[in-house]
Amino acid sequence: MDDLLREFLTETNESLDVVDVELVKFEQDPNNASILDNIFRLVHTIKGTCGFLGLPRLEAIAHAAETLMGKFRDGVPVTPEAVSLVLSSIDRIKEILADLESSNGEEPAGDDGDLISELERLSLSADTGDAFEVEMDEEAIIVQTLERPLRPGEVSLDELERAFREAEVEIDIPVAEEEQSDDQDDLDKEPEIAVLAKPAMANEQDEAKKNISSRGDQKSGNGQGVSNQSIRVAVETLEHLMTMVSELVLTRNQLLEIVRRHEDSEFKVPLQRLSNVTAELQEGVMKTRMQPIGNAWQKLPRIVRDLSQELNKPINLEMVGADTELDRQVLELIKDPLTHMIRNSADHGLESPEDRVAAGKPEKGTITLSAYHEGGHILIEVKDNGRGLNLDGIKRKALANGLATEAEIEKMSDHQVQKFIFAAGFSTAEKVTSVSGRGVGMDVVRNNVEMIGGSIDVRSVVGKGTSFIIKIPLTLAIVSTLIVEASGDRFAIPQLSVMELVRVQSNSEHRIERIKDRPVLRLRNKLLPLVHISQLLGMSAEGELDEDSGFIVVMQVGSQTFGVVVDAVFHTEEIVVKPMSSMLRNLTMFSGNTILGDGAVIMIIDPNGVAAAMASHASSSMAAAVEAAEEEAVGTNSDTDMPISLLLFRAGSQEPKAVPLSLVTRLEEFEVSKIERSNGRDLVQYRGSLMPLVYVNEHARHKEEGTQPMLVFSDLGRSMGLVVDEIVDIVEDRMSIEVSSQTPGVLGSAIIKSKATEIMDLGHYLPLAFDDWFVRKEVSRSTLSKNLLFVDDSAFFRNMLTPVLKAAGYKVSVCDSASAAFELLEKGASFGAIVTDIEMPDVNGFEFCAALRNDPRFARLPIIALSAVVTPASIEQGRQAGFDDYVAKFDRAGLIASLKDVMTGELEVAA
Amino acid sequence: MTNLTTVKDHNDNQQGGGDYIQFVTVVIGGQLFGIPISQVHDVFVPEKVTRVPLAPPEVEGVLNLRGRIVTAINMRRRLHLEPLSGDQGMMAVGIEYKSESYGLVIDAVGEVLNLPVKEMESNPSNLDARWAEISGGVHRLDGQLMVVLDVDRLLTSLIEPKAA
Repeated sequence: MDDLLREFLTETNESLDVVDVELVKFEQDPNNASILDNIFRLVHTIKGTCGFLGLPRLEAIAHAAETLMGKFRDGVPVTPEAVSLVLSSIDRIKEILADLESSNGEEPAGDDGDLISELERLSLSADTGDAFEVEMDEEAIIVQTLERPLRPGEVSLDELERAFREAEVEIDIPVAEEEQSDDQDDLDKEPEIAVLAKPAMANEQDEAKKNISSRGDQKSGNGQGVSNQSIRVAVETLEHLMTMVSELVLTRNQLLEIVRRHEDSEFKVPLQRLSNVTAELQEGVMKTRMQPIGNAWQKLPRIVRDLSQELNKPINLEMVGADTELDRQVLELIKDPLTHMIRNSADHGLESPEDRVAAGKPEKGTITLSAYHEGGHILIEVKDNGRGLNLDGIKRKALANGLATEAEIEKMSDHQVQKFIFAAGFSTAEKVTSVSGRGVGMDVVRNNVEMIGGSIDVRSVVGKGTSFIIKIPLTLAIVSTLIVEASGDRFAIPQLSVMELVRVQSNSEHRIERIKDRPVLRLRNKLLPLVHISQLLGMSAEGELDEDSGFIVVMQVGSQTFGVVVDAVFHTEEIVVKPMSSMLRNLTMFSGNTILGDGAVIMIIDPNGVAAAMASHASSSMAAAVEAAEEEAVGTNSDTDMPISLLLFRAGSQEPKAVPLSLVTRLEEFEVSKIERSNGRDLVQYRGSLMPLVYVNEHARHKEEGTQPMLVFSDLGRSMGLVVDEIVDIVEDRMSIEVSSQTPGVLGSAIIKSKATEIMDLGHYLPLAFDDWFVRKEVSRSTLSKNLLFVDDSAFFRNMLTPVLKAAGYKVSVCDSASAAFELLEKGASFGAIVTDIEMPDVNGFEFCAALRNDPRFARLPIIALSAVVTPASIEQGRQAGFDDYVAKFDRAGLIASLKDVMTGELEVAA
Repeated sequence: MTNLTTVKDHNDNQQGGGDYIQFVTVVIGGQLFGIPISQVHDVFVPEKVTRVPLAPPEVEGVLNLRGRIVTAINMRRRLHLEPLSGDQGMMAVGIEYKSESYGLVIDAVGEVLNLPVKEMESNPSNLDARWAEISGGVHRLDGQLMVVLDVDRLLTSLIEPKAA
């Protein structure tokens, strides 16, 4: 894509955002000529540039929209219908621009005839008199106020003026545009004619002049003024600068540390200077990354307007503090949560107009969005004056979802009850609307906010309204942390989540008490659960710790408050967060690491990780009550919660798709010229044999030239190439399929890297490559007893491994729990082998296996354990429980081999 | 932090023919290993290593090397050898892998050897599986054998453990 086009895309996108906002304003204030002028000018610029760059589709739409807006400018009444239409043309333009960007400058093919004819229809109907006359009164008043009061007899004059203006618009403006070069002469002549039309004409004329001159201004402005004051800088350049400054800050800190140790150092003065300069530099660079939060709000007026129409609720959006600045990285991350919250407020925060009037409130609901700084943080508040949160509804729902018991709820303050709305899967909307209420509500918002180290709170008064307050750090790059020590190591805890510090001593007022070995602290009138950080990080066992003295760091994460016991607390330090190496990134307890002033590396504690560990701690103590081994209980995390490596790619469409990396044999790139066609399908020669290519769907094609990336899946000597457009990334993420799919080839959608991603079902594609992929093996193994029972509580693994097992030639029956499996076996179903998951709720794999072994019918049935946790200890436990083999999840080859072993073994025994 | 050798820059010209590969030799538990010089960023003495709780056992910790955070990998532990006794000095070989810095903690660094590619032999079939996993082959030298460390495989095996 050439620079010109790129520049055009950036600029146009910015302009369109402005147009969006301005149009909404204009709809509310149709008489404001300056807003209209602004919109008109922007659309006109877009049209002009498109024509210049040879983008006929864009130009046509922009032209039609401009014409319609031209009518507005001439005083045609502004109807919501017309504004909606202009807005949808803006949307269409945006779509085309997005395509343009992704396709490297090719304007996508498509037909905008529908939109354009609609725009033209409105423009035309505006020309016909009826709509016009209503508006005319208003229009006339505006004109006349500039002159003299309108006398009753002057209707004919109005007619005359109108006739004139119509003529003027159709002819004069284009003329003025075309002949800008010899401008003034022409214009000066015109007043002669205008005399007939009386002063109103002169007025019109003035406007035309203004237009021309303002257009001229803008031209010269583009050339000199604006471009001299600001330049566009690539974001990477700023990011790089930021990294370098971070390094500088670290080095400065180290130098300061050294000088602190030498009292009379001659370095002291220059270092002081260096320190000041560094601080200023840091501030300056930070400033370049700062953007007004208004940038994240830009789309909101439009969204609210659309919502207001969709929901039939008049809504007023007030925005306060749009110029409050914050780091652009943070800004990007809060955009979506904010939009979500605004939608929520509009949908269930505000009542319907009838209800509002009945409650004695103004019909029009108000949503106020405000932002302000407070001590290194930025507070964003989304407030509505609607009905407030329905406490009883929340209580009911919390009970139904098992979030709390009735007795607990009874004791809770209203505020605590309100906070339930941040719990996962919690939505009190009684009916599901297209806008919200699908259960992916505030918990997603909370997660997003907490991911950037922020917190969210809610205040609500029934009948008065609800307000959500988000507190986020100004920047992610530098955080203020508390340095603590435990078991001789230092750790940094982000200040944001630290509520207070409590010193504990066995003889003081604050002392640690225990309830069945679990340490707790009485803090004011609350009981605070405690955990020693050394224990949390597995650095020492419970007994060894001197838990009766030390410090308690009281932390709050979301609605969870807990105390972390540390041995010592040092000081607070502003640190530059550095990401951990990929080898350590799966440690949820740490969010990163950094270099301290003394040159040592320190790990930064992730409060979210600690909170999660506290929660699982709680569940493990419950498990202890049912006499399950503790380690086992820790492993009870459901499989879907375990991060796995996923390969993200694009194929056939823009939406990201993913497959578990472990299923992919290799990634290959082939010259497109190597792709051959034979017997109606695409093939490539791969490792001495022909590999069929399959496409994700019938729309997907291979590229025309260059190299074609593909994912190669191999199984028992056969390979298949899945043609993809682009390999995007490999990520470690939890994969919980949120929305299952009916589309063949897609298991469902999951949130990966905070984007909805389709999880592909390989089982669908394997037979596409070789029709007999499954059949072949079935035949070759028909001598084996092929019936297999597969028990796993996780839908994902069931979905993933079942096709794998089927592909290996087994007939698979699937159960989602041990009890279901018992039932099936009781019914007399007979299987050649059982493959079972270990980590399952209720009856785990060990217990399941042990129970089967006690039954003489199944004492010799091959049973294979399948587990994410493969340690010598667990393997030993598996052996004791009576498993024939113990295989790691994702080790497909291992599983198949093991199955083959145990089943042939069994056959031999039988024979 | 002592920086003994910075070898990154001068490897290109000497490796030109393609028939020879230069190896930095290191000793781990008495065994001589060779790391292709093109992959070695520097050699340093690890100091002030911060241990990382909950990390895989092979991870010695993290340390600061000239402003970069380096993840130190204890090669003895990776190769299932006894830990180094007492306060014998440790050495580390710095490696850049996918723009991240790793340090392989070894017992000692030897010399740089220029060895012909065709003399490298594949792993003996009875090699300990845990060794074979990260060994790219064996060179027969005078009086001893040198195992070629496959750095990519070593790091991949640690970054993407098989059982997720």
